[in-house]
Amino acid sequence: MTDLSITIGGDAGQGVESSGSTFSLASLRSGWNVFSIQDYRSRIRGGHNFYQIRVASREIRSHSDPVHLLLALTKESIDIHLANLAPGAGILHDDSLRPDEEAARAHGAHFFPMPFTEIATRHGNRVMTNTAAVGAGAGLLGLSLDALKSVIAERFSAKGDKVVESNLAVAEEAYNLALKRYQGTFQHSLNGRVPPRSERRSRTPGPMLISGNEAFALGAALGGCRFVSAYPMTPATTIFEWLVKREKQLGIVTKHAEDEIAAICMAIGAGYAGARALVPTSGGGFSLMVEALGMAGMVEVPVVIAEVQRGGPSTGLPTRTEQGDLLFALHASQGEFPRIVLAPGTHEEYFEAGWRAFNLAEKYQCPVIVLADQFLAASLSTIAWEALSFQSVRRDRGQLLTGQELDAFDNGEYRRFKLTPTGISPRALPGHPKAVYTVVTDEHDEEGHITEAIDNRVAQMDKRMRKLEEARKEMRGPKRYGPKDAELTLICWGSLAGPAVESLPLLEAQGVRANVLHFSDIWPFPVQEAEKALQAVKRAVAVEQNYTGQFARLLRMCTGFSVSRIIRKFDGRPFSPQQIATACLEEVAQHARS
Amino acid sequence: MPGADGTTSASRNGRKDTQGLTVRSFANHVKPTWCPGCGDFGVLTALKQALVQLEIWPHEAAVISGIGCGSKIVDYMRINGFMTLHGRPLAVATGVKLANPSLHVIVVNGDGDGYGIGGNHFMHTARRNPDITHIVENNQIYALTKGQYSPTSDRGFKTSTSPDGAAELPVNPLLLALACGATFVARGFAGEPKHLASLIAAGIRHKGYALIDVLQPCVTFNKVNTYEWYAERIYRVDEETGYDPADFDAAWRMAQQWGDRIPVGIIYQREGIPSYEEFVPALKEGPVVHQPFAKVDEAVFERLKLEYT
Ligand SMILES: Cc1ncc(C[n+]2csc(CCOP(=O)(O)OP(=O)(O)O)c2C)c(N)n1
Ligand code: SF4
Ligand SMILES: [Mg+2]
Repeated sequence: MTDLSITIGGDAGQGVESSGSTFSLASLRSGWNVFSIQDYRSRIRGGHNFYQIRVASREIRSHSDPVHLLLALTKESIDIHLANLAPGAGILHDDSLRPDEEAARAHGAHFFPMPFTEIATRHGNRVMTNTAAVGAGAGLLGLSLDALKSVIAERFSAKGDKVVESNLAVAEEAYNLALKRYQGTFQHSLNGRVPPRSERRSRTPGPMLISGNEAFALGAALGGCRFVSAYPMTPATTIFEWLVKREKQLGIVTKHAEDEIAAICMAIGAGYAGARALVPTSGGGFSLMVEALGMAGMVEVPVVIAEVQRGGPSTGLPTRTEQGDLLFALHASQGEFPRIVLAPGTHEEYFEAGWRAFNLAEKYQCPVIVLADQFLAASLSTIAWEALSFQSVRRDRGQLLTGQELDAFDNGEYRRFKLTPTGISPRALPGHPKAVYTVVTDEHDEEGHITEAIDNRVAQMDKRMRKLEEARKEMRGPKRYGPKDAELTLICWGSLAGPAVESLPLLEAQGVRANVLHFSDIWPFPVQEAEKALQAVKRAVAVEQNYTGQFARLLRMCTGFSVSRIIRKFDGRPFSPQQIATACLEEVAQHARS
Repeated sequence: MPGADGTTSASRNGRKDTQGLTVRSFANHVKPTWCPGCGDFGVLTALKQALVQLEIWPHEAAVISGIGCGSKIVDYMRINGFMTLHGRPLAVATGVKLANPSLHVIVVNGDGDGYGIGGNHFMHTARRNPDITHIVENNQIYALTKGQYSPTSDRGFKTSTSPDGAAELPVNPLLLALACGATFVARGFAGEPKHLASLIAAGIRHKGYALIDVLQPCVTFNKVNTYEWYAERIYRVDEETGYDPADFDAAWRMAQQWGDRIPVGIIYQREGIPSYEEFVPALKEGPVVHQPFAKVDEAVFERLKLEYT
C-alpha cells in the first residue's frame, strides 16, 4: 500500500501555492489519490508558507504525518519541517542552500541538492525556479512526466506559448536530472509501484481534485442560486469569487457589498423578492450579520449563509482553521426563531449542502447556516466523478404559491403569516395583485401588520417555532464510520470527519477497536437519531477543533450524554489523523489505569 | 411560463389597467399611531398621490422602510411593504431591486435611520445608483426613541442626550448625496404634500438613485423645527429665475443654503446615466425571479466538473 506525503515549503510570494496545486494535480493525473492542505499566513509577501500533499493508493480523506519528501524553497523550510520528516525522507533543495546536514542526518533524512535556479535562469527566467523544484520533485518521487507536463501546459496557457514552452523545458530538465542523479537512492520513490488508476494526460472525465469551497459553490449553482452578495473575508472569499467568475454563464446576480451588514440585507431583500440568495462569510462578517439573521427569522424570508470559520476570537488567525463558532451560530441574534445549521464533514457533503441549504431555507422559510471551516474550504480532495451527481440534486421551493394559484384567491384572502398546523405559511412573492402584503420585523398578525396583542403574539411565536419541529423530522442523525461494536467512539462534527475516520486504522494497529460518530446536521438537533446511535456507545471522546468542546456541550444539552474526554485543538492547524490517534491512545491508557 | 415562479401578474402579461386606481387603492384598515399633526401624515399622502399620478398599482411597487416613527408608513398603506431594521432599508431594497427590477422600489426612513446608523449604505447607494427612490423623513430628531438629537440636528440643539446643546455639526444630506455622486437630489416639505408628491413622482420617474429629503415636523419632540419654522424659511428653487438643476456647481451652492432661507424642490438631476442594474450581466435576460434557478443543466454541470480533473 502506498501512502506518502510531500511538503513544498517557501516564503510567501515564491509560488508555493501554484507549485502545490500543480504538484497535486500532476499526482492525480499520474493515477494516485490525492489530498492537499495549504498553510499560509495573512500577508502577501514574506513568512513561511507550505503545501502538504498526500499521495496514496487507497481512498484518503485527510492529510497525514509524517512527510516523506520535502521540496524546500528556503533554508527556513528545512528547519521548520525537519521534525515532521519520516525516516529516510528526502529533502530536495537548491544547490545554493547550505542546510544543517548533521541535524538532518539525526532525523534519518537525505539531501538531494539540485540546480533549480541555474536551470530556471538558463531557460530565461529565475521565476521558474519553483517549476524546476516541482519537476525535480516529480522525478524523484516517480510521478508521470507526461501528466506533469499536461498540467503545466494548462496552467500557463493564458500567458502565451513562450511561457508554456520554457516552463515545460525547465520541468522536464529538472525531472530528468533528478532521475539521473538520484535514481535508486530515494527509498520512498513511487517507481515500481502501481497507482490505482492509469495515468492521464488531459482533462477527461475522471476523479476530480477539488477544494471544499469550489465543491460548495458548484452545489449552490446547481441548487439554483440566483443571487450572492458578500464582503471579502478569508476563508470564504473563494466561494464568492467562484460565483462571480461564472455570473454571466450561470445567470447569477453577484454583489460585492459595502460591508457584511449590507451583504446579508441585500440577500434577504433578494430572498423576499423570490431569488435563491447566498451570503458567504467568515466569523467576523457573520458577527456583523447577526441582527439581520433575526430579521430573516422574523419575516420568514429564506436565505443561506455560508459561515466558513477561521481562528478567532476577533481577527484571530485569519488564514487558519477552527471550529469555534458553533454555539455562536446556534444562538446568534436576539430572541428565539427557527434556523437550520448544517456542518458538512466531507467535500461531497459540502457540495450537497450547497443545494440542500436552499431547499431547507425555502421549505421552512428561515435562515440556513452552512458551517464550514478553513480546513474543509481550502483542502483539495480526490472525489469520484460520479460523486458530484447532477441526478442527485433536487430543487424544492416548498410552499411557494404559483401565479396561477394566486389568481384563484379572492381579494384580501391571502395571508402571508397564516397559522397552519406545520407553522409553514404558503409564500407569495411580491408582484402579484392578489398578494399585496406588508412584512415587518415587529411582531405581526397573520396579515403582517404590527400588533402586540397577547393571543396573537403567542400564536405567531408558536407558529414560527413549529417549523423547527417540522424541520427536525428531516435532520439526519450521526453517520457512523467503522465497526458497530467499538470500545471507543470518536464523536465529531463538521470538517473533522476525514481526519477522525483516518485515525481508525491507526488505532486498530495499536489494538484499539474504535469508530466515529459524525454529526453534519446540527440544528434543529436530531435528538432521537442521536440517542439511538449513542445507545451502542461504550465510551466516547469528542474531537473538536476548539477550546471549550462546544459540540460536546451541545450534545449534553440535547441528549444528556457526556463524553469521557474532549480531544481539542485550537492552534489553527488542522488535526492530523496521527494527532487524533495519539490523543485517543492516551485516553485508552488512562482509562485502563483508572 | 405562467405559474412557475409565483409572480405572474397583469403587468407582466403586458396589460396595464389603471382604471379605478386612486389613493384609496393604497388604503388599508390600519389606523396610524402617529401623533395628531405629525409630518409623517403628509409624506403618506404624498407617496400615495405620486403612485396614482404615475399609474403604479400597489402590487407593482415595493416600499422598504427602516425603524422609526416614519418607517411605520408601510404598515399604514396597502402596498408590497417591508419594514426592515434600523438603518438597513437601502441594503434590503438593493437586493429587492437586483432580484426583481420590474418592481418600483421605494425606500422610506428617518434621518437617524438614513443618515446615522444607515449612513454607510446611504453613501454607497448614492454612488451605486440603483433605480431606487429614497424618501427621508427628516425631523432632525430621534422621535420613536422619544427625542434624542439626530445627525441632522442643528448645533446647539438641546435634547435628553445633548443637554448642553449638540456639539457636532449637522450632516447636510444634500451635499453628502451630491458628493457621493447621486443623480437626483431633492428636498420637500411635509407641510406641502402636493409639492412633495410631485417631487416623489419625479424621483420615481428618474432612472437611478433619487434622494428626496423631507422636512418633516415632529410635533411632539422637536419644538424648534416646527411647521412655522420651516414655512417661514422655505422657498421653491423652480421659482428662482435661471436655476438649472442640471448644473452641478449651482446645485452644490444651492445645497449649502440652510438657516434663514431653505431651498425646496429638485436641487440636482442628471439624466442619461445608466442605473446600476444595467451593469449586472445576469439581469440582461430580465428579472432573475422570473427564472427561478441558475442556468446549470447537465451539460454545463459536467463541463464545470471537468475543470477539476
Ligand atoms: C440597532 C438598533 N438600535 C437602536 C434602535 C432604537 N431606535 C429605534 S428608532 C430609532 C431612531 C429613530 O430616529 P429616526 O430614524 O430619525 O426616525 P424617527 O423616529 O425620527 O422617524 C432608534 C435609535 C433600534 N431599533 N435598532
Ligand atoms: S413623535 Fe414626532 S415623529 Fe413620531 S409620530 Fe409623534 S410627531 Fe410624528
Ligand atoms: Mg427622525
